[in-house]
Amino acid sequence: MASIAHTGSLPRAAEFRTCPDTGLKVDLAAEKLIRWNAVVAVVFLAVGGFFGLLVALTRWPAVHLLPAEWFYLALTAHGADVLLFWIIFFEIAILYFASAILLNCRLATPRVAWFGFWLMLAGALLANVAVLQGESSVMFTSYVPMQAAPHFYLGLILFAVGALVAVAVFFGTLVIAKDEGTYEGSVPLVTFGAIAAAIIAVFTITSGAIILIPTFLWSIGLVSHIDPVMYKVVWWGMGHSSQQINVSAHVAVWYAIAAMVLGAKPLSEKVSRFAFLMYILFLQIAAAHHLLVEPGISSEWKIFNTSYALYLAVLGSLIHGLSVPGAIEAAQRRRGYTKGVFEWLRKAPWGNPAFAGMFLSLVMFGFIGGISGVVLGSEQINLIMHNTLYVPGHFHGTVVAGTTLAFMAVTYLVVPLIFRREIMFKKLAQWQPYVFGIGVAGISVFMMGAGTLGVSRRHWDITFSDAPVAFEYPGTAFLMMGLNGVFGVLSALGGLMYVVVVVSSVFFGERRTEEKARAEPLLPQGGAAAVASYGSEGTLKLPGTITLVAIFFTAFVLYYFVNWKFLSEVWPLS
Amino acid sequence: MAIHPPEKRIWWNEPLEKSEIIWITIAFIWGLVMFFTMVFWHFTGEQNLSNEAYRIHPETFAERTEAMVDQYTVREEGDTGLPVVRPPPGSDVYMLARLWEWWPILELEEGKDYRLHLSSMDWQHGFSLQPENINIQVHPGYELVLTLTPEGIGEYGVVCNEYCGIGHHQMVGRIHVVAAK
Repeated sequence: MASIAHTGSLPRAAEFRTCPDTGLKVDLAAEKLIRWNAVVAVVFLAVGGFFGLLVALTRWPAVHLLPAEWFYLALTAHGADVLLFWIIFFEIAILYFASAILLNCRLATPRVAWFGFWLMLAGALLANVAVLQGESSVMFTSYVPMQAAPHFYLGLILFAVGALVAVAVFFGTLVIAKDEGTYEGSVPLVTFGAIAAAIIAVFTITSGAIILIPTFLWSIGLVSHIDPVMYKVVWWGMGHSSQQINVSAHVAVWYAIAAMVLGAKPLSEKVSRFAFLMYILFLQIAAAHHLLVEPGISSEWKIFNTSYALYLAVLGSLIHGLSVPGAIEAAQRRRGYTKGVFEWLRKAPWGNPAFAGMFLSLVMFGFIGGISGVVLGSEQINLIMHNTLYVPGHFHGTVVAGTTLAFMAVTYLVVPLIFRREIMFKKLAQWQPYVFGIGVAGISVFMMGAGTLGVSRRHWDITFSDAPVAFEYPGTAFLMMGLNGVFGVLSALGGLMYVVVVVSSVFFGERRTEEKARAEPLLPQGGAAAVASYGSEGTLKLPGTITLVAIFFTAFVLYYFVNWKFLSEVWPLS
Repeated sequence: MAIHPPEKRIWWNEPLEKSEIIWITIAFIWGLVMFFTMVFWHFTGEQNLSNEAYRIHPETFAERTEAMVDQYTVREEGDTGLPVVRPPPGSDVYMLARLWEWWPILELEEGKDYRLHLSSMDWQHGFSLQPENINIQVHPGYELVLTLTPEGIGEYGVVCNEYCGIGHHQMVGRIHVVAAK
């Protein structure tokens, strides 16, 4: 067993073990919280993913699985369970990891952390109950004046408050680490990214509370009117900005995996941290992305906010788009893969699901989610995309291909390191990121295709069989929806593989003892140091990364202007 | 104490590498290009959403729409006998959204300007003109007024693309575009 040290002089007698893989000091209270947050996250992923499969099968015209009422219910549950509950529970686990574990520190007030955990769990369950009772099929966005049952809003509020408590514990832990001198100089980059995520989280969760509390009061009759435009402005201060928690968190996870698997260090700490800073400063105003075709909001407001003030937050992502693959290339070249432009990439550990998932996440987030997001968020182009399936196509590229796949990938390291269990069904685990990744790429691209052809999102019957007047979408649109269904099944399969591997490993996997860890080290030499300390790679020639970035940038520019061309072809309006 | 001593202590004092400076500069300029493309389109592009909007009571909007329908109805269409309205070019035309229909059907002349008024009687709806694929959010209590110039003779669908309850998928309206007289 791991050695346990008692530090009696501290306010809380924290118990630590020393991790045999990394040499890091692990606070047992933090470890337990990380485990439980991760486990609950995976349960919500499984439930929400199942609802997602039902949605995909209903929108597959040849299958059209659910009746209308159940379809809208399943869609509401899918949004809440995966977009909120899976991701935020997992992010809380990441925050505890990036603070207590990476900084060698005890977690601040584990009791308060548990209180936050139970509050989040109670809220998530309550919201699920409300949705399953059928009176709250209002979609994840719950736009007023459509009304859900009061306990739907109450559930979300409890969840948000619980998450806020967890974020406070994270900040408290940083203070303790600084105070007790458990690290020197600047915090590691992964922790820095987590701090960015946490700061954004405070803003977004507060926005959520500001709008959901009056909406809850309205649902029980204490407030008479909620303005629908105002609701959207504030609600999206949570709804969109919380996606920026995800971006910060999954970019931090990219750096963490690259560091742990390859010993990669950021090219320049300054540049990477500057990019995170851009997120903190500018991502918050993205509520505008959902208000570009609303009445009563001026174009000046729309342009400034939708562009994150001159695209400065996009600049942050473009910087990470160079520095993450750059860090990987530099590390691989240092390890001797120096032939040609791409030997470093060819000989990367593609059989390691942590790396494979991370790299697929990076590429798909950039090419699919990132580019489409900027195009969709252009004030006028939004006219030809708003509320079509292009929108879910875009955000499945960011939140599923980007965030979810990155979180899945890091799980393959969390299970042996934190749960101290060996990964079971190694072959299944190896294939999982590819099956899930290809499935998600498919649903993103085909939904975007269908959206370009005008197909509405959140729609049960695109044949309009019960409508008073007929309208037919083009045949290609139906083909797109069929393909979306096929790839939906594939990504559900990938999700199932993940759940099977993780759940069986956590509960039935072989224990990873200290001897085992020494015999088969999980991380390469320098992996632990790269993730848990500060340091830049410095100057290096990176022809491969520069080629990849050039391809990406060309695709971005072309796709951007093609959409302006599409826009110029529709009816003039002013 | 971290297990490894930090290589440099404070991150913002580090020097920048040339390749990174180049990429940051390109990315920043690209951001400016995208920003000013939106501004530029307001002066040169033909597709800009109007900023003209008013607060309005749903009843008032319904009255104005009914007045137009009473004056300019030319026939009825569809299972529910929706009035088809042909207002004169250049005039104010109304389309109201309610659970679960777009009312009335409009018949517009190709190449002529119309001031289209959109509002909702109840919940939020989405005006999605197909197959043009022009999508505009419709709110209760807000009236959006935009100038629209139909192009291409034919029958266009108005799908609701904001989820509005169990009948959402039945909510389809229509706009006819006919040759100018």
